[in-house]
Amino acid sequence: MKVVVCVKQIPDPADPGALDPESKTLVRDAKLILDESDSYGVEMALQLVDAAGEGEVHLVSMAPNNETAGLRTALAMGAASATLISDEALKGSDALGTAKVLAAAIARQEPDLVLAATESSDGYTGTVPEQVAALMDLPSVTFAKSVAVDGGAAKVQRQTEAGYDEVECPLPALVSVTAGVVEPRYPSFKGIMAAKSKPVDELDLGGLGIDAGSVGWAGAGQEIVSIADAPAREAGEVIEDEGDAYERIVSFLDDLKVL
Amino acid sequence: MSDFRSPIEDITFTLRHVADLDALAKLEGYEHADPDLIDGLVAEAGRFFDEVVAPTNRDGDTVGTKLNEDGSITTAPGFAAAYGKLVESGWNGIGFPEAYGGGGFPQLLSTAVEEMTTTANMALALGPLLSRGAIEAIMHHGDESQKEIYLQKLVSGEWTGTMNLTEPHAGSDVGALTSKAEPADDGTWRIFGQKIFITWGEHDVADNIVHLVLARTPGSPPGTKGISLFIVPKFLVNDDGTLGERNDLTCVSIEHKLGIHGSPTCVMQYGDNGGAVGYLLGEEHQGMRCMFTMMNNARLGVGVEGVGIAERAYQQALGYAHERTQGRAIGAAPGTESPIIDHPDVQRMLLDMKSTIAAMRGLTYRNAEALDHAHHGADDNARTKGDERAALLTPLSKSWCTDMGVELASIGVQIHGGMGFVEETGAAQHFRDARIAPIYEGTNGIQAIDLAGRKLGMRQGGVVRDHLAEIGATIASLEGVEELESVREQLLLALDALRAATEYLLEVSGSNPSDMLAGAMAYLNMMAITTGGQILADAALSARSLGAEEAEDRAVMARFFAANRLAGVPGLLPAVIAGAGDLSAARGRLLST
Repeated sequence: MKVVVCVKQIPDPADPGALDPESKTLVRDAKLILDESDSYGVEMALQLVDAAGEGEVHLVSMAPNNETAGLRTALAMGAASATLISDEALKGSDALGTAKVLAAAIARQEPDLVLAATESSDGYTGTVPEQVAALMDLPSVTFAKSVAVDGGAAKVQRQTEAGYDEVECPLPALVSVTAGVVEPRYPSFKGIMAAKSKPVDELDLGGLGIDAGSVGWAGAGQEIVSIADAPAREAGEVIEDEGDAYERIVSFLDDLKVL
Repeated sequence: MSDFRSPIEDITFTLRHVADLDALAKLEGYEHADPDLIDGLVAEAGRFFDEVVAPTNRDGDTVGTKLNEDGSITTAPGFAAAYGKLVESGWNGIGFPEAYGGGGFPQLLSTAVEEMTTTANMALALGPLLSRGAIEAIMHHGDESQKEIYLQKLVSGEWTGTMNLTEPHAGSDVGALTSKAEPADDGTWRIFGQKIFITWGEHDVADNIVHLVLARTPGSPPGTKGISLFIVPKFLVNDDGTLGERNDLTCVSIEHKLGIHGSPTCVMQYGDNGGAVGYLLGEEHQGMRCMFTMMNNARLGVGVEGVGIAERAYQQALGYAHERTQGRAIGAAPGTESPIIDHPDVQRMLLDMKSTIAAMRGLTYRNAEALDHAHHGADDNARTKGDERAALLTPLSKSWCTDMGVELASIGVQIHGGMGFVEETGAAQHFRDARIAPIYEGTNGIQAIDLAGRKLGMRQGGVVRDHLAEIGATIASLEGVEELESVREQLLLALDALRAATEYLLEVSGSNPSDMLAGAMAYLNMMAITTGGQILADAALSARSLGAEEAEDRAVMARFFAANRLAGVPGLLPAVIAGAGDLSAARGRLLST
């Protein structure tokens, strides 16, 4: 069984991020790390391959600057190989542009199953997996809390507000995985050493057969009109108890519509 | 997750620009230690310790360890799970030979991992630290079958190891111990006696515990010459490697301690039911030699504890200083309260912590690097030099870094003000945890005796003089570097004083050992602080090629350390050369009870 996992390499959320006022996008020239929300998909894929007793996990990532540090983390966890698509022309890609690139790279792998996070931790568009599925003409199941493969079908528990739905769909399929549903393993030092020699196929747009005009700034159907700093956190309201504190707290919560 | 983050940038800087990891990677056996891989390893290790181990530190202190009626121990919440993940991750074995399942990496790198383990949770880190001592002893003195039975499991961490030296009347004077080993018909031994202060002597985090126990065989000469070392596993190991019968040993009590509450400190009773089965390690009566194999490794490890605990205290104090507002700093708007980090005295304390930690880290890493050269150096000359250098630096690492661990953790409490004295903030835990390190693995007083009494005399003072010449070389490199001129001046004064102290001690060590012993601790501190100043100067010089910010930061630390700590070195000279006269005079009346 071949499972492809889409992984994004993002600036370390622990370091203060910055937006480039020119391009109005996130500055991504520092070292990139594996997006935590993708680590769940990687773990789930590794578990599925383990359960199947055969097969391998392949990673697909798109990054503007040939960055592989985040990919190495996922390879150290146990993925077998990766495809990295890097091209100057990819700068400014919107969700659809990204999906076109990922879909082309995934198709080359002829996977049985594609896993992705529900959304990235830096962009949060939350639309790429479904676009990839549409472009590849694959069934798409979203918000999975568990995935099992049985014969030619995926059995997915799909998280809902009320609980979960049980969904079954034929393979190959694309499933987006909710953050936190499995505990991603930490790479062992032997895994890290082994990752060093695992193959990472680095491609540019030409290698993938994609027209540079259809992605990046050139192909973006979306425009970032303006950016602004997030408002600073304001001091909260302190309620001194003069006998009516509980009423004021209730009314405060009522105003927030959380009661 | 806790707020703590492993200081990855400082660690990688020290690996590369204070020690020389890239040079080690050129040595035979270390070819796989290439820079990219090392960066990845350090970063992933840091993430592991931050996320998995560090969050257990507080429960270790507040809940601590529990001895159950059956002699078993329940470790603090989260310890067993975190330790299990540590075994899975393999970080324990990174510095051990690949033949035993380790990574075969330089000790320099494993020292960095040890630092991160300790910073995350010192009480938990003690388990692996003691295991490393046991591994070293078995690796160097064990026979093939002992190596095969124990090493893989100890290197992976599936089993842990202990050092059983101390008895109620045999602490620093190990030669006074009375535990007995009697030969059995099958070539094994039966061990009888009680050992105290056995770190991780019993626990619930691993399947087996391999105790290394010092004991006397029948008719052995008194003192240290009659001591032998035995492997005494908690569970006997079957021929196929599986665990068999429970051995005749129990934990009869655990100590209630000032700090490291998460680390079970056990009283171990051997042989109450016919004798614990033991296997001689090395030769009979060679126990002290084997013990020093464990000890030397552990002494550097304990020095690293000083670094780790100071780093943890520093991070906590730094965070608090940014959050806590109090008073109006100079230049702040009227009517506002400033975060206390804006007050110069708080900045002074924090920079003292930051720069001293950098010096301590540099010292311990250079010590580890010297051990790597001792074992893997290109030729005999390089190996001898490495060996000598490690021998000299080990007492400095152990004593100075642990004394500084206590002092800096105390400054951490001070930065918290009254809240630091309150247990809730956690600042006090670091101070309490740090306090054991100057005591165990050879008290710091013993380290000073080791330096002045043994290390100073190596090659008739040649090893120390070589080291002083290296400090002189750093001073020469500082010539003409304007921003480091004050460092050069202080280093020169310190080196002159250290030279005078060295010549004095070399002179009296033969004729009047009491004078030598009286000045030993002041001498150790002189040498350690001067070496610390040299390290920060070397770091600042290296950083000049690494960009303006790095260069400025390293220069600031070197200058601050030079003015605040290095400048005190000449002031220690009178204590070194005072001799023992006043001490023996005081012994008569002033120090009578």
